[in-house]
Amino acid sequence: MDWILLLEWVIKGFALVMILLTGFAYLTLFERRILAFMQVRIGPNRAGPQGILQPIADAVKLIFKEELTPAKSEKFLFLLAPIVTVVPAVVIAAVIPWGTQFEAFGRTITLYVADINIGVLYITAIASIAVYGIVLAGWSSNNKYAMMGGLRSSAQMISYELPLGLSFVLVTLMAGSMRPVDIVEAQRGWWFGLMQPVGALLFLISILAEVNRAPFDMPEAEQELTAGYHAEYSGMKFALFFMAEYIKMIAVSAIMVMLFLGGYRELPGLQNTWFSVDQTWWLGPIYMFLKVLAMLFVMVWIRATLPRIRYDRLMSFGWKVMLPLSLALIVITALGLVLQPMWALAPYILTPVLSLAAFGLTVLLLQNSLARRQHA
Amino acid sequence: MLLEYAAIATMIFVTALVAVIAIVLGVLFGPKRPTDKKSMPYESGMNPIGPGTRRVPVRFYLIAVLFILFDIEVVFFVPWALVFKQFVSQSQGFFVFAEMTTFIVILLVGYIYAWKKGALEWE
Repeated sequence: MDWILLLEWVIKGFALVMILLTGFAYLTLFERRILAFMQVRIGPNRAGPQGILQPIADAVKLIFKEELTPAKSEKFLFLLAPIVTVVPAVVIAAVIPWGTQFEAFGRTITLYVADINIGVLYITAIASIAVYGIVLAGWSSNNKYAMMGGLRSSAQMISYELPLGLSFVLVTLMAGSMRPVDIVEAQRGWWFGLMQPVGALLFLISILAEVNRAPFDMPEAEQELTAGYHAEYSGMKFALFFMAEYIKMIAVSAIMVMLFLGGYRELPGLQNTWFSVDQTWWLGPIYMFLKVLAMLFVMVWIRATLPRIRYDRLMSFGWKVMLPLSLALIVITALGLVLQPMWALAPYILTPVLSLAAFGLTVLLLQNSLARRQHA
Repeated sequence: MLLEYAAIATMIFVTALVAVIAIVLGVLFGPKRPTDKKSMPYESGMNPIGPGTRRVPVRFYLIAVLFILFDIEVVFFVPWALVFKQFVSQSQGFFVFAEMTTFIVILLVGYIYAWKKGALEWE
């Protein structure tokens, strides 16, 4: 019995890695087509109908490229860095629940890979490991651009990890648990993103910084740093960095969906109908897929819309705006929960209103300080 | 409980394997014609000046230290957040809320000090 269980875990882990790798391949195509659409171009549409074979063509091209290792680089670390970057990107997705459970082969099969009760801490821990790969890549390349890119990237990632961690605290506070399945089930009927809209926004900004996406793609700012920490990488080693970035995009989108957008659960108000995952289990993965797709679209959209922000602004935004605001949100959320025994709707009405007020105040203060700087 | 980490171990193993296979494929099929010019560190086409790894601005170190400080504070929040609802249901919510508010105020004093000292400036 134990062996069958072990086999089940192993198969699920393997399947998730394969799904993420395929997802990565098609996410690159998705992004290029969407960007092209937004810039009134056509985008890659030659390889296969609508360009669906483009990822394969890219992979083949990268395999046949020459791999360069710069002179005087740390050869072993240079080789290790892409692997250290890609492994946490994939492994972080292990705790995300993709659905409830179903019966097959006479046993109950759950649609999540690892149901660990410290899920949220696990995500924070693995996300921190990803910094090592980038620092190693920047440092081992023996290249000034790569080193600056690696340093900037790591400083940015650790700075935005604080609001990220505080958003996790917010969700833990509202769910009373760190187990991913409990967090999703706690959003039955009303999503955390609706209870704490500003928290969801802060989380979105933090994950954009965490995966080095536009407008926070400073480490890869072409005008200043050519390609940042992977300036010296070519061929398949470069492909691994690319893969890590896109798989991390999928993973953080799924985490955002899990924490704030109801995970695999249906839209609020549909709990007792056929559309609920309680009654139709196979809708769970479909809801999850659609929500993750919507999040990925938003990330590409942001990239197409916003210009890159200056590095000093980025750092001071993280430390002077995001951090105090997320601390305030924790107090506001806790206040809503404390008042719940007296006023049952406090977390649903008081918390969003107060957090939106805090957000408005922040925007006002920001505008003031920016206006003052322009006068000076 | 421990069995569930088997899935995570599988994922680490499979991913590392995929990464190694990708690198090996590149080494097997890619051409290898290194020249001195090619293996020079890239510096926008100029000959590189000085060593590639050089002294790091102290700002980054400062940010790292601040990060460790505040990250530990975040870690202190987590157990509190986990049991908060249980305390509320035992109608001890206000006590626990006040405790945490005190903690946040102490945290803010340190934060304001760091701000006034200019540790958060990036000029």
